[in-house]
Amino acid sequence: MKTLIFRTVAPYLTALMLLFSVFILLRGHNEPGGGFIGGLIAASAFAIYGIAFGVPATRRAMWFHPIAIAGTGLLIAALSGLTGLFSGTPLLTGVWTKSPIIGFDISNVIIFDIGVYLVVAGAVSSIALALESTEDNH
Amino acid sequence: MQSGSETALLIGLALPFAGAAVAPWLMRRMGDRGAWLLALIPLFAFTVFVSLVSTVASGTSVRGEVSWIPSLGVTLAWYLDGLSTAFALLISGIGTLIVLYSGGYLHGHPQHGRFMSYLLLFMGAMQGLVVADNFMMLFVFWELTSIASFLLIGFDHEREASRRAALQALVVTGLGGLALLAGLVVIGMATTTDTLSGLLAQPEGLRGSELYLPALLLILLAAFTKSAQLPFHFWLPNAMQAPTPVSAYLHSATMVKAGVYLLMRLNPAMGETAIWETVLPLFGGATLLVGSVLALRQTDLKLMLAYTTVGSLGLLVMLTGFGSDLAVSAAVLYLIAHALFKGALFMVVGILDHETGSRDTRDLGGLRKAMPITFAAAIGAALSMAGIPLFTGFLAKEAIYEALTHDSGGWPLLILLVAILGNATMVAIGFAVGLRPFIGRQRETPKHPHEGPALLWLGPVVLAITGLLAALLYGLFYRTIADPMTTAVAGSAFANAISPLPHVSLAFGLSLVTLAVGLVLYAAQARLRGGLASVFGAGNWGPDRGFDHVVAGLVRLSAAVLRIVQNGRLDVYITIAFITTAVVLLVPMVIYSELPSMPPFPALQLHEWTLVVVALVGLYSVVRTRNRLTAIVSLGIQGFAVAVLFVLMGAPDLSFTQFMVETLSVIVLALTMTRLHLSPTDHRPWNERLFDGSIAIACGVAFTLLLLRVTQNPFDASLSEFFNANARIIAHGRNVVNVIIVDFRALDTLGEIAVVAVTGLVILALLRIATPGRIRGRS
Repeated sequence: MKTLIFRTVAPYLTALMLLFSVFILLRGHNEPGGGFIGGLIAASAFAIYGIAFGVPATRRAMWFHPIAIAGTGLLIAALSGLTGLFSGTPLLTGVWTKSPIIGFDISNVIIFDIGVYLVVAGAVSSIALALESTEDNH
Repeated sequence: MQSGSETALLIGLALPFAGAAVAPWLMRRMGDRGAWLLALIPLFAFTVFVSLVSTVASGTSVRGEVSWIPSLGVTLAWYLDGLSTAFALLISGIGTLIVLYSGGYLHGHPQHGRFMSYLLLFMGAMQGLVVADNFMMLFVFWELTSIASFLLIGFDHEREASRRAALQALVVTGLGGLALLAGLVVIGMATTTDTLSGLLAQPEGLRGSELYLPALLLILLAAFTKSAQLPFHFWLPNAMQAPTPVSAYLHSATMVKAGVYLLMRLNPAMGETAIWETVLPLFGGATLLVGSVLALRQTDLKLMLAYTTVGSLGLLVMLTGFGSDLAVSAAVLYLIAHALFKGALFMVVGILDHETGSRDTRDLGGLRKAMPITFAAAIGAALSMAGIPLFTGFLAKEAIYEALTHDSGGWPLLILLVAILGNATMVAIGFAVGLRPFIGRQRETPKHPHEGPALLWLGPVVLAITGLLAALLYGLFYRTIADPMTTAVAGSAFANAISPLPHVSLAFGLSLVTLAVGLVLYAAQARLRGGLASVFGAGNWGPDRGFDHVVAGLVRLSAAVLRIVQNGRLDVYITIAFITTAVVLLVPMVIYSELPSMPPFPALQLHEWTLVVVALVGLYSVVRTRNRLTAIVSLGIQGFAVAVLFVLMGAPDLSFTQFMVETLSVIVLALTMTRLHLSPTDHRPWNERLFDGSIAIACGVAFTLLLLRVTQNPFDASLSEFFNANARIIAHGRNVVNVIIVDFRALDTLGEIAVVAVTGLVILALLRIATPGRIRGRS
């Protein structure tokens, strides 16, 4: 799969897809999208990069081990639900704050969605990269 | 009760657990001296219980509760009457001595702190067990004592025998714990109460209920396993693998009496029925006989004591179930006397073992000069065990014979004979442990014998003196401890009248007979041992062996089951999964005539038809092609076509996800194919193709019918309406699908992403295992 065209296009494609995945994640609350789809797009981005440049290069580019990213996401999602401890509401109750500075309401729900994004992106790209690598060198 | 003493009681109950938490640190910092500090914990509890004695002896029970799980209505409720107070005094009093004794016994042991921690954990659990009023609390503490016992028996975990004994004790007592839970639930159903005090307040409620028999059987199973009654007696001698302080405390003085405690506690509510008065003496008597015979054939002093403990527990069960207040009183006296003398004798054996390096009766003799204090404590305890006048053991034996000769008839006479035989063995073993190692000619022992430190002999000395004082001050002893306890067990007021002095009576005559028989057994023990050994062979029989067979059989069974359900062939798993899916969907639909009616022909537009055709072409190519990669990509084409259909039908989120999932499954499947080194084409013979094809069609048909049927039901729109109406207002989002995922049903999503993350981990682990080069490279 290491054709010249593919290898030239792949970095741009990956960058664009990652950017798009974040966009999809953030707009998810009001338009089609969300953490799950965003995570899948990010995972495909990494898969494309891996096909073009090999797994070691992708792992270096990702910096963190993908399964660590998934674990962090799970932790973030779980912790975001604990706000209820302070407000006396059940687990995972949404808490919203008006934020005039950045122009939209922020809440633990968005943090939860970021957790979902990280879990899906991390776990799926972890599987894809592990399958792509022939040497299993990490 | 005033709140001050209530607080003190709560602290006394909770302190052992706190002590268990800090014990390892404390023992590391302070060494053996830490034992003196830790002993303050049970001592504090002991003083608290002593302060309650006068209240309890006057006939008032002490009750109280704190809320534990209010949403389930579970409270930590305690109930102290004569029975629980006497037990609590034994547990905390002997506990104090045992903590000190452990300080000396495990001197310099690297895990000394851990041992103390387990010991205090057990103490806390046992205290909780005997003061518990609430059923749930009783059960929790009951299980906790089993767990603490498991940890203590297996303390020396590098020895296989310890591990086996620990596991065996846990399995047997754990079985009893489950029975207890079930029994308490049944009792709760029969009487609509969930406290012991509530149960004792309506004694006829349970006996009259039709659930009496199941409740009784479950409670008996719990009590018999915990108190090592036949046929569950085998775990107790094996539990002697534990360090001696544990044997003295858990496996003679306290924990094994939990079963007897349960029977005594429930006697007012469950006793006085024909089955109670048959089963208890029957099993108790059999246990007494078996324990006595097996005790006589041991050479290990600790095992002799262990088997007489089994026998003593049998005696207690037998007396509890005999059915008269006199017998109950005898059981109470014997229980207290036994805890004192047996605890002391176990500690004496521990000292002998510690200071001479052996606890075999054939190796020991003439130690009276080397170990005078230990000898004094040992002979004091042995005299009580033998039931010599002036000792507590004598009171107990007199009470036993008085109770058993009170009624005439064949059944009481049989029980009387069993009791005499058992007691005679107690005489023999008492002297074999408490006298024989100290008299006669001194023998070579692995270590040069000398008196142990004060930490070691303090315990047995105090217990032996207590055994003497309780009998000498018998008026006080009866008034404060024995009579309130008997009253609580018998359910009606009772006063003891037995004197510790010799007197002319039938009971005393029987005592003399017992003593004579016992002395004969003592003198002839070496010869008896040979005779018993030839009768019983090498001991490769009985429930102990049976336990091993059951465990081995379970392992074999699970291995066999595993070979069938987890045979390691992915194609078999997938085939079974799909067949099951098809059957589960189709069979109920056919049986309950829920098949859908023929749907109307769909009115689609041209571009929609085009997509359907694309999907069909994809499918056709999947079926027709022999090339695996083509098949995978064709499956993707079909998926994409469906995804586009979703967009057209107004489900953008679904379609979006479908696109991504299709893309990634094509990538992952293709990668897996290259990794598996499969041949690029599919070579299944026609019969396999037919079989797999039928399953595929069955699944497809099943899902189609299911979807058609579901959509033909009248659609309940209340949920959609709720979400549409509230997504914006409550959850600040316009995308209803995403709002459901991250807010309304966020807990589901949390579970799902946990599954995703774990799946990722598992696949990673599987791929690493499956790379042979890597395994070779590492090892």
